[in-house]
Amino acid sequence: MLKITNIKKTFNPGTVNEKVALGGVSLTVEEGDFATIIGSNGAGKSTLFNAIAGSFYMDEGSIYLDGQDITYVPDYKRATVIGRLFQDPMKGSAPHMTIEENLALAYLRTTKGRSSVFSRTTREQRKMFQERLALLHMGLEDRMKQPVGLLSGGQRQALTLLMATLVPPKILLLDEHTAALDPATAEKVLELTKQIVRENHLACLMITHNMHSALELGNRTLMMDSGKIVLDIKGEERDGLTVDGLLEKFSRGAGKELDNDRILFSK
Amino acid sequence: MGSILSLPVIISALELGFIYALVALALFLSYSILNIADLSTDGCFTLGCAVGAQVAVMGHPVLALPAAMLAGAGSGFIMALLQTKMGVESILAGIIVNTGLYTVNLAVMGFSSNLSLFKCETVFGYFKGVFGPTWYKLIAAVAIVVIVGLLLSWFLGTRLGLSIRATGDNDDMVKASSINPAFTTTVGLCVAGSFTALSGCLIGQYQKTCDINLGTGMVTIALASLIIGETLIGKGSMLRRIAGVVLGSCLYRFAIAIALRLRVPAECLKLVSAVIVAVAIASPYLKNQVAFRKRKKAALSARKGDGSC
Repeated sequence: MLKITNIKKTFNPGTVNEKVALGGVSLTVEEGDFATIIGSNGAGKSTLFNAIAGSFYMDEGSIYLDGQDITYVPDYKRATVIGRLFQDPMKGSAPHMTIEENLALAYLRTTKGRSSVFSRTTREQRKMFQERLALLHMGLEDRMKQPVGLLSGGQRQALTLLMATLVPPKILLLDEHTAALDPATAEKVLELTKQIVRENHLACLMITHNMHSALELGNRTLMMDSGKIVLDIKGEERDGLTVDGLLEKFSRGAGKELDNDRILFSK
Repeated sequence: MGSILSLPVIISALELGFIYALVALALFLSYSILNIADLSTDGCFTLGCAVGAQVAVMGHPVLALPAAMLAGAGSGFIMALLQTKMGVESILAGIIVNTGLYTVNLAVMGFSSNLSLFKCETVFGYFKGVFGPTWYKLIAAVAIVVIVGLLLSWFLGTRLGLSIRATGDNDDMVKASSINPAFTTTVGLCVAGSFTALSGCLIGQYQKTCDINLGTGMVTIALASLIIGETLIGKGSMLRRIAGVVLGSCLYRFAIAIALRLRVPAECLKLVSAVIVAVAIASPYLKNQVAFRKRKKAALSARKGDGSC
């Protein structure tokens, strides 16, 4: 479904600050795949997401989604089929617009072509938003007219998750989307994520620093280091794996001794 | 107070307040909603006046309104083009467009620095026959502003309008919501430009003259109106905020009218404007500061009373 072939990206080429962010990454994600991605800071995880979402164009390589070449498609066009959540809960919604308006925006974007730019949400749609909000169990369904800026980080992230999947995308990119939340809220948002991904059969990539959830969630785990995917495990090989086993595999895959100061994973 | 504000003074303050409210609404769109400081406002205002005046001179005072709006939208389009397609900072883009418009405006006025409309029909003239000589200008201005305000409020609730609002509110979200920020910025600035030009056109027909320096300082005045309105009305529904902007514009005109009645010389009016703007912007902050000082003082004196520290 998503087919990435040998993409390369170097920041500040030709200067002392030159940094190879992606050094030839190839990856195929099948329909219904839920892959967790781990790796230290600067390994290229977020750059990979930026590449898929189109935040910048690649120096080399190609990206295909559902057989369509999207290598040079601008980010806002890709967003009709790619949902994305950031670590920062503030990034996913407009703070001065109400919950209802944010949801309307997320919903109306996909009605392109079928209706005019002057379309507005109907009563039934607003009712549908309310029902979907109720599924979050955060009481947001009674606060439809309040600006999103008043919500807590966890509520905003849950809302963003709902917005990103209100009309199911082809692939969902989760960039440490629970890292900025308190443990209880993080757990809740993660539960919601699992539920929404399962119900919609979404293909999903999730960056995490939590080794446990990396192994527990989804059906596949990728490990990145220095702009490359050094480990790609799924199926039986993954089923019996412990966190220690994963770390060991990583040091073999990366071809160097594991340095816990450098690789700040939480076990 | 009654001697300061006689009925004709109140009416003319309201007339100007409503007509200039359109510029404040333009800034509401570009500054409050899109978060862009549009410094082309001054030139765009004169452009609207000049284009409107020429069309009115040709004998089409009503056609002058859409013609001016079209010209204003064009000015907004160029401003947006510089920003979104050529990487020019918004403030610089505004200054560049404003500078260029000076020549354009002169050209529209036939390379003369002013244009008289005394001999031709105006839109206000049509209202005079219906509503009589005292109120007709005010009724015309109110009618136009109410229509524009309602349309704007409706527009900002549509898919395109919501997209424009989101563009100014959260850039990251916009791109992830499949909205092209270059497109929404362009539409927003075109609409804002058309409002500014409409206001210029109406002022031209209201004063029956068009001058090349008519728009000078307009951005400050509109900003003052906008901030007075937002300070007084605060946040709320879109219609409420739009009404607040119109109210702000009227209040600003009252402040100027009072200054004039208090025999402030006309050449000092710009300074009066600047002071009003500064006070309007600073007052919410100062209010908070005063409230905090009071609380601090109360808390400290309560502690002293306890004898503990």
